[in-house]
Amino acid sequence: MTVITAEHLLTRVQGLLAAHPPADTDRGAFLRARFDAGLAWVHYPEGLGGLGAPRSLQVVVDAALEAAGAPDNDPRRIGIGLGMAAPTILAYGTDEQKRSFLRPLWTGEEVWCQLFSEPGAGSDLAALGTRAVRESGSGDWIVDGQKVWTSSAHTARWAILIARTDPGLPKHQGITYFLCDMHAPGVEVRPLRQITGEAEFNEVFLTGVRIPDSHRLGAVGEGWAVARTTLMNERVSIGGMRIPREGGMIAPVAAAWRERPELRTHALHQRLLELWVEAEVARLTGERLRQQLVAGQPGPEGSGMKLTFARLNQEISGLEVELLAEEGLLYDDWTMRRPEGVDFTGREAGYRYLRAKGNSIEGGTSEILLNIVAERVLGLPPEPRDDKDLAWKDLSR
Amino acid sequence: MTTAAAPTDLLYSEAEEELRSAVRALLTDRSDARSVLDRAETGSPHDPALWHTLAAGIGAAGLLVPEKLGGQGASHREAAVVLEELGRAVAPAPYLTSAVLATEILLGCDTAEAAPLLRELASGSTVCVPAVPLTLAPGAPLPAPVRDLGDGILTGTVTSVADAVAADVLLVLADTGLHAVPAAAARLAPSVPLDLTRPLATVTLEAAAGTRLADLGTARAAIAGALLSGAGLLASEQLGIAEWCLTETVGHVRGRHQFNRPVGSFQALKHRLARLWLDVASARAAARAAADALATSAPDAPLTVAVAQAYCSGVAVRAAEECVQLHGGIGMTWEHPAHLYLKRAKADSLALGTAGHHRGLVADFAELPAP
Repeated sequence: MTVITAEHLLTRVQGLLAAHPPADTDRGAFLRARFDAGLAWVHYPEGLGGLGAPRSLQVVVDAALEAAGAPDNDPRRIGIGLGMAAPTILAYGTDEQKRSFLRPLWTGEEVWCQLFSEPGAGSDLAALGTRAVRESGSGDWIVDGQKVWTSSAHTARWAILIARTDPGLPKHQGITYFLCDMHAPGVEVRPLRQITGEAEFNEVFLTGVRIPDSHRLGAVGEGWAVARTTLMNERVSIGGMRIPREGGMIAPVAAAWRERPELRTHALHQRLLELWVEAEVARLTGERLRQQLVAGQPGPEGSGMKLTFARLNQEISGLEVELLAEEGLLYDDWTMRRPEGVDFTGREAGYRYLRAKGNSIEGGTSEILLNIVAERVLGLPPEPRDDKDLAWKDLSR
Repeated sequence: MTTAAAPTDLLYSEAEEELRSAVRALLTDRSDARSVLDRAETGSPHDPALWHTLAAGIGAAGLLVPEKLGGQGASHREAAVVLEELGRAVAPAPYLTSAVLATEILLGCDTAEAAPLLRELASGSTVCVPAVPLTLAPGAPLPAPVRDLGDGILTGTVTSVADAVAADVLLVLADTGLHAVPAAAARLAPSVPLDLTRPLATVTLEAAAGTRLADLGTARAAIAGALLSGAGLLASEQLGIAEWCLTETVGHVRGRHQFNRPVGSFQALKHRLARLWLDVASARAAARAAADALATSAPDAPLTVAVAQAYCSGVAVRAAEECVQLHGGIGMTWEHPAHLYLKRAKADSLALGTAGHHRGLVADFAELPAP
């Protein structure tokens, strides 16, 4: 087996750029050519946008293409597809599913969303109650239920969906994983307005939605294992970013402190310094984690980074509102909007304060993540629980 | 201070891990908690034979000393690993004082007079500690020098000198410069320390004869530099303390049953320990960053050291406090070693500058001025 090196990849990048000069190539055409050249996600197999190269070399490709002015695929807009749907389809999909879904997913031509959470199944995701019943004859699945906290549902073409296919089994069994057409009849998307005034998320109502069996991912009843792959990839994508010293949420507070001496008080100074130090230590911890990954010694620290950033974002943005004194009483804009992603720095302090409240809830609440750290990293025993062996239909809700 | 920091190596090298194994094996064999406590109770916590093996046998004393002066020519990164292990074992060894602070002062003096003493320190044959209060912090004004009555005959008093009772030689800042004074020529009055494993003494010089090693300006600069290194490496000792406390506590709550369950299965405890683990993982990054910045003489080393001290002091204390609390009654006993760690952690939080002092330094370096 040939080992793909950074030099290999740079040669390929040059070839791609020569054949499709970014200046005279349509954005979509360039992205499709990049996928076909195996430079989309280099660690994926050949033919599926990759070359089977070490994942760590992706940065080499990204940097070279960025330097050449090539268009990117806006990972922010298609984050769910890239971070969650793609690795799950790669791991569990049929050849046909991989061929038809991965390319338009990567180029962003088809946006994905995630139909996992439900009003009655948040942290206890496996308690979900959306039903999928197989129609005799056609073999299609008919889905009924309600999902919530679905970002991008209003722009998505496809969704990853988990639904209950056997309520008589304990809750982690009897779940099946599907790829759901968001344009199918019976899919209704309603914006879910948040604490900030805007609506990043949606509620999704599924009424008699028909899903062909060819859009099932993994075996019937094995959906929980498939979903765990998705969720593990979700957590991998958090905290892997490299940030400069005084990057992130501490930046606007430090800037305000420097530029506006009239706002300074001794009490705020002590809190600012404590949080500045903690933000710097969090940056170093993230950097150490990144170095461990590059060195092939992944540590468990990743499970903790989201906890740290959630707490820091909340404390720092709270301090910022207080520092601003009278201005802290104001809010920039309550207009109901549909942002495509979270932009902490594009808005003002009040927005940061309110939006950061979600950081300890979305993508796994801090309480659940602390349990995960305690049980998987520290090896502490789980709390006794009586829901594991009961049929889902007999659980209290 | 908004620019990206220079590349920093925050991992442990293979050589560092080998050094760690050697130090840990030695401490496991020869300095378990029981023997640390027994020696501490005699008022003479240091074990000279153990020091000899650590300093000379493993070569730990000379890590910071260049090979041409008989040292290992290693760096602060390796010394930090030794301190992690000493912290983990709460070992009473004059490492921070002799192999770090005194060594750095002598290296900073860079004089012909300092070289022979440096060789002795590197070989582990001599223990030398700076006659300054343990609380003296980088960036703080140095204490008033003792008086030189002429020809290096010194008179004065210095309080809270750590490890003075184990020292062969004291480094004394006099108004004529830095002097090496044989410990036998000084009067040592041991104090009753909060931390039994790092003894303190008041050092009184009554017309004691010393050898002048450097002039006053050189000495002041050398001491300031040594305090920076000491504070940066103390973060690794604090990391070691915190790690032991976390590991020991996790072990305890897994085994201890109450209400027909391991107490570690209660969410209230799990969450506390998970948060502590996060803090320890963060302290490791901060301590490694400080050690690496010192080893590479990074321009932002003073900031990185201040960040590490501002952070790691608190983590070590909290880990030790959680250790006592989560052990329940046994954590309050003299027999269980938790108290040794609590006392060391709390004393360390005062040593070489409190977290508050270091946050003040961060304010200067990061340009976040007080009102």
